[in-house]
Amino acid sequence: MSKIRLLVGTKKGAFILTADGKRQNWEVNGPHFAGWEMYHLKGSPAEPNRIYASQTSSWFGQIIQRSDDGGKTWQPPGSSPDELIGPGGMPKAESNKFVYEGEVGTHKFYDGSQHPWEFKRIWHIEPSLTDPDTAYAGAEDAALFKTTDGGKTWKELSGLRGAKGHLWQPGAGGMGLHTILLDPKNANRIYIAISAAGAFRTDDGGKTWKPINRGLKSQYELPDPDAEVGHCVHRIAMHPSRPGVLFMQKHWDVLRTDNAGEQWSEVSGNLPTDFGFPIDVHAHEPETIYVVPIKSDSEHFPPDGKLRVYRSRTGGNEWEALTKGLPQKDCYVNVLRDAMAVDSLEPCGVYFGTTGGQVYASADGGDTWNPVVRDLPAVFSVEVQTLS
Amino acid sequence: MIRVVLPYHLRNLARVDGEVQIEVGSPATVRSVLDALEKRYPVLRGTIRDHDTLRRRPFVRFFACKEDLSLEPPDTLLPDAVVSGAEPFLIVGAMAGG
Repeated sequence: MSKIRLLVGTKKGAFILTADGKRQNWEVNGPHFAGWEMYHLKGSPAEPNRIYASQTSSWFGQIIQRSDDGGKTWQPPGSSPDELIGPGGMPKAESNKFVYEGEVGTHKFYDGSQHPWEFKRIWHIEPSLTDPDTAYAGAEDAALFKTTDGGKTWKELSGLRGAKGHLWQPGAGGMGLHTILLDPKNANRIYIAISAAGAFRTDDGGKTWKPINRGLKSQYELPDPDAEVGHCVHRIAMHPSRPGVLFMQKHWDVLRTDNAGEQWSEVSGNLPTDFGFPIDVHAHEPETIYVVPIKSDSEHFPPDGKLRVYRSRTGGNEWEALTKGLPQKDCYVNVLRDAMAVDSLEPCGVYFGTTGGQVYASADGGDTWNPVVRDLPAVFSVEVQTLS
Repeated sequence: MIRVVLPYHLRNLARVDGEVQIEVGSPATVRSVLDALEKRYPVLRGTIRDHDTLRRRPFVRFFACKEDLSLEPPDTLLPDAVVSGAEPFLIVGAMAGG
């Protein structure tokens, strides 16, 4: 029977939640890395028991952790005794070394001045679809790093910062590269998104990048609402069967593109508010998408104290509220951009975590919801693995 | 041997309990203690001071003999009591909430 494994990153540690294919009874394992901010954990599609995790702290910086047994045990990659000491007896231990390539350069800062890039943390790790030793890491300050040795060393794909990086600027949460989408049909094509710079695409494996923000309008955030870069994209999502179709939750507005980002159009339709953070696509219905509307950029909680996921079965514009099993009064949590995921069972499971520490699961595509766990630290990220 | 006290999270990361004892050549300085510590526990590289610049991370402090050595030049000689092992060299996570 299939098994579901949820990888939950929180403000104070990581948790692994498991259930069988019925997705009714859950076992909670953790906290792993207790007390650390766990921005993101994600398993390799090519080897599901290999899981990468971003462990970070304002005190002690960035650590990359890796498990090769499905989260039972962890170690920083390259820290086994025979790998520790390099030539000359000096320590290697470079799994937490993220260095910008070449001329560091500057980006726009809060006050409009130019500010040098400074590495702070890894927001998101995206393992390769085919090679367990290859993964991509999205950093704050925004940059994309790649490992091809299982996380022992990381190298920046610096061409990205060449895509008008001097015009990028931090949002309130920092200038983070938070979304990495690998095209399953074209190994050279990758999409990424940055707050607040926008969405970008490479068609040559990461050497060169172009902004793909045409159609985005940010009239309250940018002096030029149609600027080529500078948009606060919160999340983009893709269905693997149609990698040229993307869905976006921007700061305000939900959008879609049908031509790999060349042109976006708004599909907010009848949403009660089109501000929000996560967006995801049903595993078996490429036109079924999910968002969690949040009242506004000034009030990061659900409208009217009602936690509602909205589902569109038409690829946007026509939305229905999904409320069964979710709190419909006095709920003032947020759902962060990396905190929603779908499994690939039939019917499709949908999951999300809140800043109030709840993780909700739906085993029927969003029709009904149940809390998997209610009292974790604030949830940063939720990923799901469907295991056979 | 110089006694080094690590903060809780770095003890967990290095998988050690209590103090660690580090052999440091002469002269013993903040820099030479950290060099020796990182050589023995490479996983700590980048957690106490920046990987590249070797500058102390902002929320990490160095205490010894009731003195704050955090802002002293890295080649400052450590107190005799630390060198002799009578007193520990403390690496501390600065007070900050959250």
